[in-house]
Amino acid sequence: MAIVFSKTRGLTDVPTHYCPGCTHGIVHRLVAECLEELGVLDNAIGVAPVGCSVLAYNYFNCDMQEAAHGRAPAVATGIKRIQPDKFVFTYQGDGDLASIGTAEIVHAAHRGEKISTIFINNAIYGMTGGQMAPTTLVGQKATTAPYGRDEALCGRPIRIAEMLATIHGAQFVERVAVNSPAHIRNAKKAIKKCFQTQIDRKGFGIVEVLSTCPTNWGYSPADAMKWLEDNMIPYYPLGNFRTPEEVEK
Amino acid sequence: MAKVLMKGNEAVGAAAIKANCKYFFGYPITPQSELPEYMSRELPKVGGVFLQAESEIAAINMVYGAAGSGARVMTSSSSPGISLKQEGISYIAGAELPCLIVNMMRGGPGLGSIQPSQTDYFQATRGGGNGDYRLVVLAPSNIQELVDLVIEGFDIADQYRNPVMVLGDGMIGQMMEPVEFKTPKKRELPKKDWTTTGTGGKRKPNIINSLYLAAEALEKHNNEIQKKYAIIKQNEVKVESYNIEDADVVIAAYGTTSRIAKTAIAKLEKEGFKVGLIRPITLWPYPYDEFKKINSKCKGILTIEMNAGQMLDDVKIAVEGKFPVYFYGRTGGMVPTPNEMVDQVKKIMGGEK
Repeated sequence: MAIVFSKTRGLTDVPTHYCPGCTHGIVHRLVAECLEELGVLDNAIGVAPVGCSVLAYNYFNCDMQEAAHGRAPAVATGIKRIQPDKFVFTYQGDGDLASIGTAEIVHAAHRGEKISTIFINNAIYGMTGGQMAPTTLVGQKATTAPYGRDEALCGRPIRIAEMLATIHGAQFVERVAVNSPAHIRNAKKAIKKCFQTQIDRKGFGIVEVLSTCPTNWGYSPADAMKWLEDNMIPYYPLGNFRTPEEVEK
Repeated sequence: MAKVLMKGNEAVGAAAIKANCKYFFGYPITPQSELPEYMSRELPKVGGVFLQAESEIAAINMVYGAAGSGARVMTSSSSPGISLKQEGISYIAGAELPCLIVNMMRGGPGLGSIQPSQTDYFQATRGGGNGDYRLVVLAPSNIQELVDLVIEGFDIADQYRNPVMVLGDGMIGQMMEPVEFKTPKKRELPKKDWTTTGTGGKRKPNIINSLYLAAEALEKHNNEIQKKYAIIKQNEVKVESYNIEDADVVIAAYGTTSRIAKTAIAKLEKEGFKVGLIRPITLWPYPYDEFKKINSKCKGILTIEMNAGQMLDDVKIAVEGKFPVYFYGRTGGMVPTPNEMVDQVKKIMGGEK
């Protein structure tokens, strides 16, 4: 009998600690499949963040380093600069990348580090229990914004993809979502192109993935998918912001 | 090899390259900027990488990534910049990664000054960042020793998988002296089979990490690290001492202060005073046992530092109350003169010979 489907070799065979309905699992699988399909898995070194995906080093079936909060792009820079032939990626959440680690991500992009970043934007701090993130929507409740995010006090949510797309060294920038099969298929395509940007030694690449956090949003997994569609996508438009071809023009 | 005249900061760079360190991640700060400048000039010539990071925080985390990938790697800074690196240093110690960190100390607290000081002794020897960890701390008192310790420091880091700090000050960094580059005694260095270099599909993934969520697991990890520290304490203490079997007063000083103390001791000897010196070369592990060799008739130990009394604590621990311990310090970038030291010793002696 012919094998028509098998689990990717890019993931280890262990149960994850993620909450039911959390989309980290989907994104992990997409990343792992891309690593395998592009033939870079055995050459890959991943960098895990601090946040919900802190234990990602147990899930990706490649060499991994666990970085301090927000510092994954700096750690990845150290790895890549001494091993320019290896494939280096970071996997970071929005507290990690869009708050405490803004300097590191901006300057990794600015230097055009030949690394790839998967950026999970779920508009909240998950691991620490639902605090406000820089990406939390105006009016959205969080444990440190119990009356909803107040624009007057906290500003508007930060749009990372748009910001990084203004930097020359960021050669691939795309925002995707994983709340429907069609979106998931597009997300995989974007991750693959992002990784290819590194393989082609073009520069820095990032895919921002709009994700759900049913636990801290207080919705069922299905309702969380709908909330993402109705609330996040209007503020965080999906699409490509930069490709290496576009940069060359 | 013939001696060459070099500035301290540049000599660090030359020594590091001699020790086969090809990777430097740093950020400019006075009084150590000649070191990153030297590395930016010299590392490309040997196929290495110099990278000016966006901050000291990023630089130390680049060191983490590079060390975790098996590179001989270093960073350098001065006091306020070393404060910023503490997060990364703690992670490096926790993940047991070898690297060399140079601190050319300047006056503090805060932005302080750019003049030489020794105010980061506590930070260097007590950890600095969070958690129970130690750096091996090497304190050179001249440029030749600086070069020797940088070269040996890389070996110590690799032997124990532990960060090593070379603790100098603005004076050591800025002055020029003749140096030669010697090969250190050969050490048996363990194979780096734990690094993240890609599995090649041939082995299980390697993971560089300092997170142990289960209390039992973290305690086990910490106990292993403490065992390692016990071995370092046994093997790596370095100290220079002078005339402690006969001295009426023993000066305890390190780095720049210790070489000024030597001038003061020579002056005092001419006047008939018997003054000894204990000069710790490793500030951690500290040469506590050396103080046990001080003759029992000694009238007191005079600790001299360019701070308000930090190594003083270790001297008190070392003498276990057997001798009175005195302190003389200058801060803010002021450097004590030999005559000030002479006066301090005479005060302890009651002005008598």
